[in-house]
Amino acid sequence: MRTRWIEVLVGMFMMLGAVAVLGLALNVSGLNLSQGDDTYTVYARFENIGGLTERAKVTLSGVQIGEVGAITIDTERMMAVAALNIYAEYNFLSADSSAQILTAGLLGEQYIGIGVGFEEDVLKNGDYIQDTQSALVLEDLIGQFLFNKVSE
Amino acid sequence: MIGFLARLGRQGIDRVASLGRFGQMLFAALLAKPEPLVMLPLLIKQLYFVGVLSLVIILVSGLFIGMVLGLQGYTILVDYGSEQAVGQMVALSLVRELAPVVTALLFAGRAGSALTAEIGLMKATEQLSSLEMIGVDPLRRIIAPRFWAGFISLPILSAIFAMVGILGGALVSVEWLGIFEGSFWANMQNAVDFREDVLNGLIKALVFGVVVTWVAVFQGYDCVPTSEGISQATTRTVVYSSLAVLGLDFVLTAVMFGDL
Amino acid sequence: MSVIQNDDAIVEIRDLCFSRGRRAIFKGISMRIPRGKVTAIMGPSGTGKTTLLKLIGGQLKPDSGSVLVEREDVNRVSRSRLFEIRENMGMLFQSGALFTDMSVFENVAFPIRVHTSLPDDMVRDIVLMKLNAVGLRGAHELMPSELSGGMARRVALARAISLDPDLVMYDEPFAGQDPIAMGVLVKLIRSINEALGHTSIIVSHDIQETLGIADYIFIIADGYVVAEGDVESLRANQSEQVQQFMKGLPDGPVPFHFDKAELVTELGIERGGQ
Repeated sequence: MRTRWIEVLVGMFMMLGAVAVLGLALNVSGLNLSQGDDTYTVYARFENIGGLTERAKVTLSGVQIGEVGAITIDTERMMAVAALNIYAEYNFLSADSSAQILTAGLLGEQYIGIGVGFEEDVLKNGDYIQDTQSALVLEDLIGQFLFNKVSE
Repeated sequence: MIGFLARLGRQGIDRVASLGRFGQMLFAALLAKPEPLVMLPLLIKQLYFVGVLSLVIILVSGLFIGMVLGLQGYTILVDYGSEQAVGQMVALSLVRELAPVVTALLFAGRAGSALTAEIGLMKATEQLSSLEMIGVDPLRRIIAPRFWAGFISLPILSAIFAMVGILGGALVSVEWLGIFEGSFWANMQNAVDFREDVLNGLIKALVFGVVVTWVAVFQGYDCVPTSEGISQATTRTVVYSSLAVLGLDFVLTAVMFGDL
Repeated sequence: MSVIQNDDAIVEIRDLCFSRGRRAIFKGISMRIPRGKVTAIMGPSGTGKTTLLKLIGGQLKPDSGSVLVEREDVNRVSRSRLFEIRENMGMLFQSGALFTDMSVFENVAFPIRVHTSLPDDMVRDIVLMKLNAVGLRGAHELMPSELSGGMARRVALARAISLDPDLVMYDEPFAGQDPIAMGVLVKLIRSINEALGHTSIIVSHDIQETLGIADYIFIIADGYVVAEGDVESLRANQSEQVQQFMKGLPDGPVPFHFDKAELVTELGIERGGQ
């Protein structure tokens, strides 16, 4: 009888552990299992991606609709290419949407904001976003500002 | 003087040799063909002693450490107007560092010392010899289940510690200090990455589990079989495993989170 | 000094040397333990009698020399083979060494459960028979902590013979027992040896009890076998050490004073050295 009781307690212990890991996964790290594999990928070329990293957010009007996948270099045009994994439920982005690298706050992390277009056609898996705007690089801004000052 | 050096060297070599012998035997015992029917009840019993009975101390200290983190984090962050980030601070420090390390230290004191004392007493009362003479390998019968139990329990305890700590932090900062609940959790979820933070924390706990249990079991098995020897071995278990945990934590942190 | 002519030795020890740290315990001893007899190994405390049993059981490794059990060198065989050999040995430890987390019944049943796959009711019958043989059938539900020292040793004896081993080793079976318990143990060891026909090795310094049941005796002192033979031939032995040992006999179970003489000479040597 005592052995049985011990077995039950150990079983509960293991379950508690599983619940804790699950809690850490879903509640704390915000891991979302259902969205994990159900995405389609579009690509965007940028002159300069600044501090954009993989797994950064992709947002539409501030709502996260996907995340950045692999970042590579297009060797023909010598530009950065970011793969954007968009959650499948957001399948209504028009083909002439724009992608912009934005910064959260003054010094925060960088993410991609999608601006909606007007065309009826929608972006499909493998498409390229044509209209892109690179990251703001502080040094360039300062340089431009000084240049303008001098020419005034 | 030379005699002293020679003795020192001899003792050192003996120590290393016994460590090596024990490691070899332990691996032989762990890797021997499994007999689930015999081993499972033994393992469950040890999981009870090592895991379930450690639960109370883990829950209580997890809760309090989480609450303290919430309080301290708030008082620091409020100066910068970013008290919303208290959730991510509590969660990151718990998941990455405090949960595995504090759990391992508590585990060394609670379960490790008990393991050493139990095995040492078995040795002193000739129960280990007696098992050997009955033709049962005490490494497989006594040591292996205890080792596996520690190996399994510590990550579980660490996860529970982290979860309870985060709930404690939430309690303090949301219920008492009035931080908006949504931003508390959202900030946390943005900052904490499952693979990078949670899994790495659990891997740490796993490594600590191996180290602490190994030290405890070895000290018990290798102790001088007298009451004095057992008490010394128990002390050594707590001291050595705590030092090993803290030292290893640095190494693991450097490998996992440092850009090496 | 008579030497066994019978070639049938269950345990054979050849030129065994063993030291613990810097202290040499055995400096080359050889002995042959005859099959089916009760053999006693005697000597003052601290001469390594218990160590000798552990060497026979393969729990310790000698510095040199060999220990053969059933013609197999226990230090040369693999670990798994060693455990098989040990299934044929029973050992009664000085402290009893019962498993404190199991009842008396489970303690005696343990070797049977581990090494056989007999059904539960058969295990139960065997255990109760063994406990009956040591007169403790009524105590099978008790825990070891509830037993007196003498009872614990009898339970340990029942456990040691639960698999009907060919060789049973007794480590100081009489030490620290009251006269009645001692008498019971003496009778038990003798009767069990006769009933089961196995070989018994008794390590003891209780002269009277041991001489009463031993067929063959080895006396160890200073790391050597100083005398061996049956009871009669040892009584007739003229060697000073043996006589000193034997003179202790009328004094009863009090350990003989071999130790003291040794200490005095040692002190004498040290004083001379300074």
